[in-house]
Amino acid sequence: MTSRTVTRRPVTRARITALMSRLAGDESHTAAATSTLDVLHVLYGRILRVTPTSIDDPDRDRFYLSKGHGPMAYYAVLAAHGFFPEEHLDTFGAFESVLGLHPDHLLVPGVEISSGSLGHGLPLAVGAAHALRIRDSSARVIVLVGDAELDEGSCAEAIEYAAAAKLENLTLVVVDNISSSYTVHGRIEQRLRANGWRADRVDGRDQRLLEEALARRVPGTPNAVVAQVEKKSAQVENKSEAA
Amino acid sequence: MSTAAPLAPSPRAQFGRTSCALLDEREDLAVVWAEISGQYLEAGARAHPDRVINVGIREQLLVSLGAGLALNGVRPIMHTFAPFLVERAFEQIKLDFAHQGVGGVLVSAGGSFDKASSGRTHQGPADVALAATVPGMTVHAPGTAAEVDATIRAAVAGDGLHYVRTSELTQATRIPTDGAMHVLHEGRGPGRRSAPAGGPLTLLALGPVRDAALAAARELDATLLTTTSVVPLDGQALRAHAGGEVVVIEPWLEGTSVAAVAAELDDAPRRFLGIGTSHQELRRYGTPAEHVTAHGLDPDGLIRRIRAWSRSS
Ligand SMILES: [Mg+2]
Repeated sequence: MTSRTVTRRPVTRARITALMSRLAGDESHTAAATSTLDVLHVLYGRILRVTPTSIDDPDRDRFYLSKGHGPMAYYAVLAAHGFFPEEHLDTFGAFESVLGLHPDHLLVPGVEISSGSLGHGLPLAVGAAHALRIRDSSARVIVLVGDAELDEGSCAEAIEYAAAAKLENLTLVVVDNISSSYTVHGRIEQRLRANGWRADRVDGRDQRLLEEALARRVPGTPNAVVAQVEKKSAQVENKSEAA
Repeated sequence: MSTAAPLAPSPRAQFGRTSCALLDEREDLAVVWAEISGQYLEAGARAHPDRVINVGIREQLLVSLGAGLALNGVRPIMHTFAPFLVERAFEQIKLDFAHQGVGGVLVSAGGSFDKASSGRTHQGPADVALAATVPGMTVHAPGTAAEVDATIRAAVAGDGLHYVRTSELTQATRIPTDGAMHVLHEGRGPGRRSAPAGGPLTLLALGPVRDAALAAARELDATLLTTTSVVPLDGQALRAHAGGEVVVIEPWLEGTSVAAVAAELDDAPRRFLGIGTSHQELRRYGTPAEHVTAHGLDPDGLIRRIRAWSRSS
């Protein structure tokens, strides 16, 4: 096993996609798997203050993957950064594997929350932001949702509340692959702004713009970044795939 | 209705008092609420504005926010009326607490029909049955304000997942909140102790129904066991005291705890009767006392129902 030494290699986009190819199963090359790739690459490479040795540090930055389906890019990024051995990737979805089609944080080092049912990550992140404020921590919470995940009423509850509570340590990333059945394109950021957020739409494939937007913290206000990626192809049918 | 000492606060007010006292005592505790019972949390909110969190009328957020606190080292108490806490936000309890592997203390008010005149929307008779399906959940049903205080304190002190169900059906008889089964009345007959699962008719009162059950036990010469811990049950005490006929009396959905009781009493053949609130909607307003009677949870109702069922009394 040489996985520990592999983590010292530079984490490039090509490295992540190479690791993604080790994830078996039908899902490994779907749009859901790659829509988050650049956001995750930027987050773990340049934004989040968290490493494999600080996953229990109370003042680490938190990343909550709320959109738990299509976790291949997430697993690949975590493996590339050495949070768990790359060999795990080869077992994806198997009975004995720690890597399922939706992540379980009790099984995977570096995963902060278990996800899969949509609409849980943002409200959990609101609680995390409160906890960090109570504890006077300078850490931040970044939560990633899908555009259609914002259909969930629990997200509406959290969006209006987070701005009212002035959770300036909270950042929401919406990966928008235009998959919601009813959301008017461009309305996500309008909705967030109407609820008191700072919200900007950026090219979800432009890592320089993503970094700039994700690094931003706005005094007194939660921050949102809508990362525009390619439109999801129409053949995907079920709810969790679509979000 | 309440027959306890007139100076005792209501169980719901006691939730507020205890929570505010605990906020003073430990810095890693927060109380999350959703517009309900704010009148009892004012002192805590003044003293600890960062740790008394009102989410507005947002019950999913109430529970998830609490779980987010728990994931990050802050012990949460979450509070609203029973149906909104356990039923409306059930998936949040199941996933954000149990599945995430964190603990917290859910405290409800209203019980099955404290808000009788408010109608079905504010009544929560199925909460215990639902909470009992959550892995690792401890369910408490204290019957007095003092028991509410002791129960919340013990629940907060640990790191587990607890559901504390408060109700205004304050009981005159106080018992320890130690999770154990307590014998409130020893029946003498007509069963024979020497036979397997012999002995007198046994009543098990869960939650704030023990006063009525005690009256019934005296009339029927039955043994009465009671506890504030509904999940898990004190199986050892059950096996030590239960006779061949066991009546499970609970002031929430009838039958909720019968399977759990039967599973603990697998040492001999027995008969079981569940008495609780009806599975049919009453569709009535009125007072809690009228609902107690309508569901047959008053002494006369219990005695009638048990007499009709028992082969020994
Ligand atoms: Mg989507």
